[in-house]
Amino acid sequence: MSTEILMPALSPTMTEGNLSKWLIKIGDTVKAGDLIAEIETDKATMEVEAVDEGVVLDLLFKEGEANIPVNKAIAIIGEPNEKVEVQKEAPIENVIEEKKIEKNIETKIENKKADIIHTPSPKIEEDRNLSSEEITMRQALRDTMAEEMRKDNKVFILGEEVAEYQGAYKVTQGLLQEFGKERVLDTPISEHGFTGLAVGAAFKGLRPILEFMTFNFSMQAIDQIINSAAKTLYMSGGQINCPIVFRGPNGAAAQVAAQHSQDFSSWYSQVPGLKVIAPSTPYNAKGLLRSAISDPNPVIFLENEILYGLKGPVNNDVNFSIPIGKANIEKEGKDLTIVTYSIMLQKSKEAALRLKEEYNLNAEIIDLQTLRPLDTETILDSVKKTNRLITVEESWPFGSVGSEIANIVQRDAFDYLDSPVIKVNSADVPMPYSLSLEKLYLPQVDDIINAAKKVSYIK
Amino acid sequence: MKKLQKADYIKMYSFMLKIRRFEERAAQLYGMGKIGGFCHLYIGQEAVVVGILMTIDKNDSVVTTYRDHGHMIARGLDPKRIMAELTGREDGYSAGKGGSMHMFSKENNFYGGHGIVGAQVPIGTGIAFTHKYNGEKNICRTYIGDGAMNNGQVFEAFNLAALWKLPVLYIIENNKYGMGTSVDRAAAGLDLYKRGEAFGIPGEKVDGMNIFSVIEAADKAGKYVREGNGPYIIEVQTYRYRGHSMSDPAKYRTKEELDNYKQTDPIEIVKAEILKKKIATNDEIEKINKDTLEEIKNAAEFATNSPFPKDSELYTDVYL
Repeated sequence: MSTEILMPALSPTMTEGNLSKWLIKIGDTVKAGDLIAEIETDKATMEVEAVDEGVVLDLLFKEGEANIPVNKAIAIIGEPNEKVEVQKEAPIENVIEEKKIEKNIETKIENKKADIIHTPSPKIEEDRNLSSEEITMRQALRDTMAEEMRKDNKVFILGEEVAEYQGAYKVTQGLLQEFGKERVLDTPISEHGFTGLAVGAAFKGLRPILEFMTFNFSMQAIDQIINSAAKTLYMSGGQINCPIVFRGPNGAAAQVAAQHSQDFSSWYSQVPGLKVIAPSTPYNAKGLLRSAISDPNPVIFLENEILYGLKGPVNNDVNFSIPIGKANIEKEGKDLTIVTYSIMLQKSKEAALRLKEEYNLNAEIIDLQTLRPLDTETILDSVKKTNRLITVEESWPFGSVGSEIANIVQRDAFDYLDSPVIKVNSADVPMPYSLSLEKLYLPQVDDIINAAKKVSYIK
Repeated sequence: MKKLQKADYIKMYSFMLKIRRFEERAAQLYGMGKIGGFCHLYIGQEAVVVGILMTIDKNDSVVTTYRDHGHMIARGLDPKRIMAELTGREDGYSAGKGGSMHMFSKENNFYGGHGIVGAQVPIGTGIAFTHKYNGEKNICRTYIGDGAMNNGQVFEAFNLAALWKLPVLYIIENNKYGMGTSVDRAAAGLDLYKRGEAFGIPGEKVDGMNIFSVIEAADKAGKYVREGNGPYIIEVQTYRYRGHSMSDPAKYRTKEELDNYKQTDPIEIVKAEILKKKIATNDEIEKINKDTLEEIKNAAEFATNSPFPKDSELYTDVYL
C-alpha cells in the first residue's frame, strides 16, 4: 500500500508552497525523520521531514514548481517494486475544472485565505502606468522601501528579523543585501527600547522605518509611540518633528489566537499627532507607503498578514504616491454605501457582488486607505447620494473607526439618512483559537449582506 | 583631567548660581499661581549639570528628565524664555505648549525635557545612533534619574547601545529619592553605576556635590565615548534640597539629612575655591551675585508679562 506525502502547511497563513529542492530521488529508502524536500512558504524556505517510511516510488512535482496547494500530494512512498497508483497529471481538458473544485474545497476547509476578488477598482484601471505584471502586496511594500532607500540615505529599517532572516514575513527580503547592515538593522526582541531609539533618531533627523513583527508587539512600545513620537512636535512648539513609519501586520492572521490577533486601527486613530494608514491592495500599498516614508510626521502603517500574498497590478513609477487622507471609491453604486478598509475591502467586494445578484442592490464601496486624517468629505458625499451607510472593519466594536464615522454622518448628513447606520465589526471578545470560533469572531460576507439588507429594510 | 582656566571657575560659579536663583524664583512664581502643573526644582544638584557642561562640545546632543530647568540654563539657553515656558506664555521655548517638563531647543541640540520616567533613555540612545549613522564625532549625553534605573526600557537601551557601540554617555543623577521613595527602598543593589556591567558598559560613581569630581569623571567618560568605544555610565551622587515637585513637602526625610548635605553645598565649594585660588575677590563675587539676581528678576518679569498663546495656537504644531 503506497502513501502520499502531502504539501505541508508550514505557517498559519500558508495556502500553497513552492518546491525549491528535492532531497530524495525515486528509489531511495526513506525513514521517518529523513529530510525529503525544501519548501518555500509565504514566510521562508524550510526543510520537510518524512513522517512515513518506505521507498520513494514517485515525485509528483519537479524542483522549482510553484504554488502547489497545501495538502496536495507531492510524492509517493511504498513497498519496493509496488505499482504507482496515483495518477500523476490530469488530462489537460480537466485541469481547469479540477483547479476550480480544489479552490472551492480549500476555501471552505481551510478558511485561511481572504476571499479575494480580482477586480481592480475603476480608478486603478484608469492609471496609464499600470503594470501588466501582477505582484504581491509584500513585493509592493518591499519595492517601495527599496526605492525610497535608494533616494534618501536617511531612510533606514530596523526591527526584529528584518535583516539576516529576510523579514519574518519576507517583506524586507533582499534589503540587507542591497543596503548593508548599517541601514537594515536586526534588533533584539526589545520593542520598548528600539522604538524609543528609533524615535530619538527621527527627532535628530533620520527617517526610520520601524517594522513591528506584528502590531500586537507595539503594545510593549506604545508609550514611545504616543507620548514621545506623536506629541513632541506639539510639546516643543513646532521645533521637533518625528519622521518615522511604524509598519507591520495588524489584525487577525490565522488561528494564532487572542494575543497575536488584534486590530489596532481605532487605538492609533484616536491619537492627534499620528497619521494612520491601512492599505488594501498592492497598488495602494505602494502609493501609500511612499507617502508615509516621505511624510514629516509619525505614521502608523497597518498591513495585514493575510493580504501579503494578494497579487495585483501596481504603478511602477518610483515617484508614484497616493496622498494621505484620501479615500478611494472602490466601486460606485447608488443604493447604499459600504465604508471599509484593509482586508475587509475584499469581503465587502464579495458582499457587493451578491447584493447585486440576490437583492438587486447597487452598493458603493469606499476604501478609506487612510484612517487618520479621515476623508470625511468622500464619505459624506457618498451618503448624500445613497442615503444608507454600513461600516465594515475587523476592529472590536466599541469606539471603532466605524463608530466615529457613524457620529460624523449623523452630525453632518442627518437629513440624508434613510435608515440608521449599521456597523459590522469583530465580536466583542478576545480572539478565540479554534477555527470554527475564529470564523464566527471575524466579520463575514453574510454579516455584511445582513447589515446591507437591514439598512435597506429588506427582510 | 581637563585643565581649568580662571574663566572656567567664573563660568562654573555663574551658571550654578544662575540655576539656583532661577529655581528659587520659579518656586516663588509657583506660590503666586503664575506657574502651574508640576514643577521640579534642581536646587542642590547644580554641580552635576554644570560639571558636565564644562566638558561639552556645542554640537553634542543632550536629553534629560523632567527636572530640566537647570539643564537648559547650563546649555546656555535664555532664562527669560525658560521662565516664560514655565508661566505658559508664547515666548516660552515650547510656545507655552510644553511647560516645565517638556522644553526643547533643537538649534542648541537640546532634545528635552521628558515627562515619562525612563522614556528619554532610549531616545537619547537613538540620538547617539544618529550621530554614529551620520559619521559625526559627537556624542549624546543622556541623563537618568535614580528612579528610572528600575525601569525596563533603560536596560533595553543599555543593551542596544552596547550592542551597536553607540556614542552615548549615560549620567545617572542619583538624588537619593524617586519621588518619595528612597533609592534603597526601590533598587535591589545600590550601585546603580554597575547596572551596565552585564552589557559590558563601564561605569563609575562620582561625588556630585563637588563639581571638580564631576568634571574629572565627565572628561574621562566623554573621551571614552567620543573615541568610539560605546556607551559609558557615570552615577553622580547628588541631593535635591527641595521635594520631588512643588507639591511635595518631603516628609520622608529628616531635617538633619538635608542640613548635612547643605554643609557640602556645591556652589559654596566653588566659591571657596575661587577665593582660595584668588581668581576673584569677594567684591567681584558679590557683583556676580547681584547681576545674577537681577537677570533672574528680569526673567521673571518677562515671563509674567509675555502674552498667553493665541487661541488659534491650540490647533498648530499637531502635524508638520
